[in-house]
Amino acid sequence: MHPIFSSAIIAAPELVLTVGSLFLLLLGTYGGGANPPGNVINARGVTLAAVIILGIAGWAVIDAPAGRFEAFAGLYVADGYSAFLKVLILGAAAASMLLALPWLQAAATLRFEYPVLIALAALGMCLMVSADDMLSLYLGLELQSLAAYVLAAFHRGEGRSAEAGLKYFVLGALASGILLYGITLIYGFTGTTNFGGIALALSDGSKSLGMVFGLVFIVAGLAFKISAVPFHMWTPDVYEGAPTPVAAFFSAAPKAAALGLMVRVLVTAFGPAVFDWQQIVAFLAVASMALGAVAAIAQTSLKRLLAYSSIANIGFALVGLTAATPTGIEALLFYLAVYLAMTLGTFMVVMQLRTPDGRPVEAMADLAGLSRSQPRLALAMAIFMFSLAGIPPLLGFWPKLAVFQAVIDAGLIELAVIGFVLSVVAAYYYLRLVKIMYFDEDKVGLVSDGSRANGVMILGAALFCSPIGMLAMAPIAAATGRATASLFGLG
Amino acid sequence: MIGLSHYLTVSAVVFVLGVLGIFLNRKNVIIILMSIELILLAVNINFVAFASHLGQVHGQIFAMFVLTVAAGEAAIGLAILVIYFRNRGTIAVDDSTMLKG
Repeated sequence: MHPIFSSAIIAAPELVLTVGSLFLLLLGTYGGGANPPGNVINARGVTLAAVIILGIAGWAVIDAPAGRFEAFAGLYVADGYSAFLKVLILGAAAASMLLALPWLQAAATLRFEYPVLIALAALGMCLMVSADDMLSLYLGLELQSLAAYVLAAFHRGEGRSAEAGLKYFVLGALASGILLYGITLIYGFTGTTNFGGIALALSDGSKSLGMVFGLVFIVAGLAFKISAVPFHMWTPDVYEGAPTPVAAFFSAAPKAAALGLMVRVLVTAFGPAVFDWQQIVAFLAVASMALGAVAAIAQTSLKRLLAYSSIANIGFALVGLTAATPTGIEALLFYLAVYLAMTLGTFMVVMQLRTPDGRPVEAMADLAGLSRSQPRLALAMAIFMFSLAGIPPLLGFWPKLAVFQAVIDAGLIELAVIGFVLSVVAAYYYLRLVKIMYFDEDKVGLVSDGSRANGVMILGAALFCSPIGMLAMAPIAAATGRATASLFGLG
Repeated sequence: MIGLSHYLTVSAVVFVLGVLGIFLNRKNVIIILMSIELILLAVNINFVAFASHLGQVHGQIFAMFVLTVAAGEAAIGLAILVIYFRNRGTIAVDDSTMLKG
């Protein structure tokens, strides 16, 4: 068989997404109805079709034979690691499409472009986690970022959304430039852009200043994409300015993809230089946990609070990467899986709530007395908050425990102590939200406004984060174990 | 004789100019877009210089991809800038303060 066909079979999920998003674009364009609210049915139809396409891509990921397969002359690799992350990414992307429907409809901006852009971003993210070469890394990252810039400015009639899009674009383009400059240095000093080739060139112990510079630039560029401190400054602004469903999407799938990419680059390409990047990642982890915990305390806006919460969570996940051991990466993947459910669940509850005059909830104080006006949503929110705070026996406790155990096993006890202290600090603002919901006087009388699908998704996420979710821990542990083994070339 | 180090120096200078252009400029978003292009050009100089030095074609192919993506990036940046201008009536950097930070 011609190599291009065998490559195409290996890259089937991406091909499904490529053809599928082009089909969605045609479907939306020829589906009739020019502007909202006229084309609501069209937008719903495209969303449904997009979810089906993501489902087909997900089936192609799961159905692929186990093992490591390279395609397109080593640009692309499909292994257990990429499969695990792709399932997370596609699931989070599909949830982000569905959860947006009632919110965007109420804001009269339900356009078919929304699911199309998320499908394109999902394609970019799948490429990112399957990249085995700096070229495919860059192309996947840019495809995801370009779709994300447009999504941030999705409410194009609103000044805040346009400003969020502009800020995200400028800082994102700068980060891509820094990343690329690092790639050129690595290319110049190793003579290859392939991850395996870079590792081979680094493994003889010859390290030049140029390589270290390249490594630092690449880590800085990727740290921006996962919004790790000190490259986080765009996150609160973009979350606040972008439409809430878009902020929910940003906090979930792109974080998983960029973190997955960072892990693959550092472990496979820069594996021999582990002592060089371990320090950098440890700094990113501590700074993210600290800033995420401290800066969130002063926030009054819910979306800014959730932005700082996502920064802190990325810090905890990076603790797993700092260990640089298979156990650490397993813990990181477990953390990502649980984090996606927690953050999407929290955003869904926030989007479900409206003031009686139909305004979406934005300030933390708006949630006062939620336990009396919307007891079920308040309970779900409380579960997510306790889980994010990492209080046992909720599910959010276990991945935190796993990452701390991994760094202790790796001999970095200081990092575990710092992380533990900062998770207590972070617990303060999560619990403050619970206090506002359960003990503050109800002033507004929030109403619930959402589809049944969102209710089911909230219920699912809440059950997953509750102690019942511990039943899912064994299968997740098996999956992360397989993924990590394939990343380290053990299985 | 102009060697690899000369090209790398030029590219480093252009790169730093681009980064400074983004941070020091307080007047106009268009200048930021131009600075981003400068950064990407510096990257391309690096790629081509290294590729020629190593006698490979990989770096030149990478430079082609960077050029293509840069075109797409500029298109999206300008599109966002247009909707920003429609909403605000200005493209001055100092005025983008609706969001804290």
